[in-house]
Amino acid sequence: MPTRTLIKNNTYVDSVSLMSISTKAAALDGVVNAVAAMATPMNKEILTNQGLITAEIEASTPGDLVLIVVTDGDEAGADAALEGLIGLLDRKPTGSDTEVTYRTVRAAAAGRPDANVAVISVNGAFAAGEAHHALDAGLNVMLFSDNVPLADEIALKQKAHEAGLLMMGPDCGTAIINGVSLCFANKVRRGRIGIVAASGTGAQEMSVRIHDFTGGVSQLLGTGGRDLSAEVGAIMMLDGIDALDSDPGTDVIVVVSKPPASEVAEKVLDRLAASAKPSVVCFLGAGPEVAEAAKTRGIAFFDRTKPAALAAVVASGVDESTLDLHALNWPLIEEVRAKLTPEQKYIRALFCGGTLCDESMFLALEKYDDVYSNISKDPAKRLRGTDPSRGHTFLDFGEDEFTNGKPHPMIDPSNRIERFRTEAADPEVGVIVMDIVLGYGSNPDPVGVMLPAITEAKANAAAAGRHLEILAYVLGTESDFQGFDEQVAKLTGAGVTWASSSTNTGLLAREFVYKGENA
Amino acid sequence: MSTIAEIFGRPLSAINVGAAMFAEDIKAQGAAVTHLDWTPPGGGRPDVVAALATLARPDLAERIEAANAVAVERIVTSQPVLVGFGRALDVVPGMTKKTILHAGPPIAFERMAGAMKGAVTGALVFEGLAKDLDEAYELAASGEIDFSPCHEHNAVGSMAGVTSASMFMHIVENRPYGNYAYTNLSEQLAKILRMGANDSTVIDRLNWMRDVFGPILRDAMVSAREIDLRMMLAQALHMGDEAHNRNNAGTTLLIQALAPHILDSGFSTKDKQDVFNFVASSDYFSGPTWMACSKAAMDSAHDIEYSTVVTTMCRNGVDFGIRVSGLGQGTWLTGPAQVVEGPLFPGFTVADRGLDIGDSAITETYGIGGFAMACAPAIVPLVGGTVSEAIEYSRTMADITTTTTNPALTIPILGFRGTATGIDVRKVEETGILPVINTAIAHKEAGIGMIGAGLTHPPIEAFHAATLALAEKYQ
Repeated sequence: MPTRTLIKNNTYVDSVSLMSISTKAAALDGVVNAVAAMATPMNKEILTNQGLITAEIEASTPGDLVLIVVTDGDEAGADAALEGLIGLLDRKPTGSDTEVTYRTVRAAAAGRPDANVAVISVNGAFAAGEAHHALDAGLNVMLFSDNVPLADEIALKQKAHEAGLLMMGPDCGTAIINGVSLCFANKVRRGRIGIVAASGTGAQEMSVRIHDFTGGVSQLLGTGGRDLSAEVGAIMMLDGIDALDSDPGTDVIVVVSKPPASEVAEKVLDRLAASAKPSVVCFLGAGPEVAEAAKTRGIAFFDRTKPAALAAVVASGVDESTLDLHALNWPLIEEVRAKLTPEQKYIRALFCGGTLCDESMFLALEKYDDVYSNISKDPAKRLRGTDPSRGHTFLDFGEDEFTNGKPHPMIDPSNRIERFRTEAADPEVGVIVMDIVLGYGSNPDPVGVMLPAITEAKANAAAAGRHLEILAYVLGTESDFQGFDEQVAKLTGAGVTWASSSTNTGLLAREFVYKGENA
Repeated sequence: MSTIAEIFGRPLSAINVGAAMFAEDIKAQGAAVTHLDWTPPGGGRPDVVAALATLARPDLAERIEAANAVAVERIVTSQPVLVGFGRALDVVPGMTKKTILHAGPPIAFERMAGAMKGAVTGALVFEGLAKDLDEAYELAASGEIDFSPCHEHNAVGSMAGVTSASMFMHIVENRPYGNYAYTNLSEQLAKILRMGANDSTVIDRLNWMRDVFGPILRDAMVSAREIDLRMMLAQALHMGDEAHNRNNAGTTLLIQALAPHILDSGFSTKDKQDVFNFVASSDYFSGPTWMACSKAAMDSAHDIEYSTVVTTMCRNGVDFGIRVSGLGQGTWLTGPAQVVEGPLFPGFTVADRGLDIGDSAITETYGIGGFAMACAPAIVPLVGGTVSEAIEYSRTMADITTTTTNPALTIPILGFRGTATGIDVRKVEETGILPVINTAIAHKEAGIGMIGAGLTHPPIEAFHAATLALAEKYQ
């Protein structure tokens, strides 16, 4: 086998580097064995055992460097291999990278003393542990993760309460702190309205409506969807209200939630009543008792998002007469009703945002009984995600049954395409409703993802001689990176009707399919 | 006044744990954000996660913190002093003529790695208990020999760690706590007993070490009386050693301290010259010394109830064993010995490598070796990486140790921060960071010897076992 031996006299390289170089040289093309070693007695013994010793090596001293390559190719290959080995001796200085990698919250908090919030989105099995570490390190916490046990949530919130820290979540999708959006949040104007919300898309909707009504948001604190349960007792909502109450940047406090446990609702209302700042409460789907409880405390109460946002904006000093209130478009409703046949009578709503789904469903329930949903509180009206639609069906694709092991539909709206096709082919469908959520965290082109299916469904319906009404709501502002106008233009270009708010979405949907005495 | 509102007055500065897209969005908005290189605690194993949650219970966590503070206080205030050299039979507790001590956790002869079998049979020939290697093999398998871990005899052993009655041992006294630690002498070179080699050149060298080298060192220490090892180790770290795989400075310092006393001994000039030449033949001469130094310090931290501090890490070439202070000296937690990644001597390939072996990981347990790699940029080629990576190892080890660092052993390039001390089982589990160990590589077969050096880690299984045992004991 072609072998090359080179002795570099009086050339010292330390033995560890030489071992490294030999190992690298052995990986060169055609090299069977490579040696880079000082001519010490021990190395000479090794070379003797391997049959590589020569008289020249025998005569060398421990200050001489021996280079050998044994190759399995031709003579030219052996020369090249020796050159390669010599090349490995030239070690270039490597730049130093001063960016420190942290692996634990504790280490990062110690290394970054200015840090003041931890955003945690790891698997629910580990989320509470990380949140404890963050609180212990004095950090406020936004816990995006879901599937965190209730007992952990209570322990975390009690710890945060005692430490005077925010513990937003678990399952907190949205927050805006000091103008910085965390996780799923829209780019809205900064202003003087503070929001505490126990619902992610409810918070997004409220902030976007406030922005649309020319108001601005000072802080948006998410609490997680279970905060207003009897078990948690609104620990974080009460602390959040306290924080906004003492925040000089906040003039008006807005509270958003799905219906709270009634004793918890009273606590929240009492706390708001104790503040000198005007407050607006939006409890979606809340009954008359809660409305009454708010009224007796002199607190503006709403069960829909849009009027709540308007009240907040007006309370912050905006003149209502200057605003475009996006009144419900009755001529449009009449036009759609005229296109629908008598058997096209059902709403089929496919939502990414849970609170958006809730609001539309509550509005439908004001008018219809046969409303079914995978998030229905009434077991008789509850569907599984895989069940076929019944009557008016409202599906929240953000529920665990759809997201298990898959990205949230706000990140990947394609999750609902298959269901959309099924509904589009159903001759009893009067309107298909979908939300398109823009903002940080969301898909960069959520309409684009749905567009081929929409175009195809419209064509199929036309071929079957029926009108397919699709109503879409784009939740976002002109500042969101997806481009609000572009997203709306893509929809209208495909013949989709778009709604201007979550509230109007619910109202339009229920009116489109109304077959009463006026239809 | 709500203290939460304080955040409204300061710029938002975030630590992101989980989805990187959230960190990117925060960064795009101009706010400061650090994205963690996060892994699930406990390797994501539900039983281990539950055990960690138990250990995190406030009442228990408080006891653990207090116990760990005691453990690490004992480690950093330990003052190991070399006080002599003597025959194992004379100095090591429990040693008999038919005892063979070995590295790592307990193991039967049949299960031993090739290098350890080679060393055992060589030692039996050396002791005159067998006339040749074949007879030695039969004797070893007969059940007549008492095999026992060095660690259970206040001792440590490099690589195979095979220690027999006539071998000369370092005697190290841990001054404040009164415990002693012992270890063998370095055989230097590569083709040696502890690496599994056992031919006549190996046995001849052992004979000379027994008859000349050991006795000269013994007599020198009678004259020198004591050498403060911790102080010398501190110096060696500042001179570019990490005291596991790089011992150039430590060996020079140690022989410098011994030299006048060696010269003062009653041996012939030829014998003294042989000793100096032998020491000069390998920088490893002081390697075992730092192992005994580390062992003396770590033994003082055993058996502190509730402590989650690791007091032992060692390997027998098959199993990697750890012991944890609160679980007691009698409890070994094990997992499979790992491959050592690093450069090999010319002529050897990765297929020749034996698995991780030796008690030398006591140095990392103490906070030197791989933990002090920032002291030794010259051994970076061993890492196969950059100087900044070597520094990063030392920095990272602080993530899995107690918050106390060793004030006596400092790292200049890290602003003279003390070495990371007191590996905390919980922190290893929480971070997924395993201790880094610098070590030698022995051939997998008996009779060959050292073939390289490199880096390795303990198996996470040993830490899982410890976590589960701690939660079980203290739940």
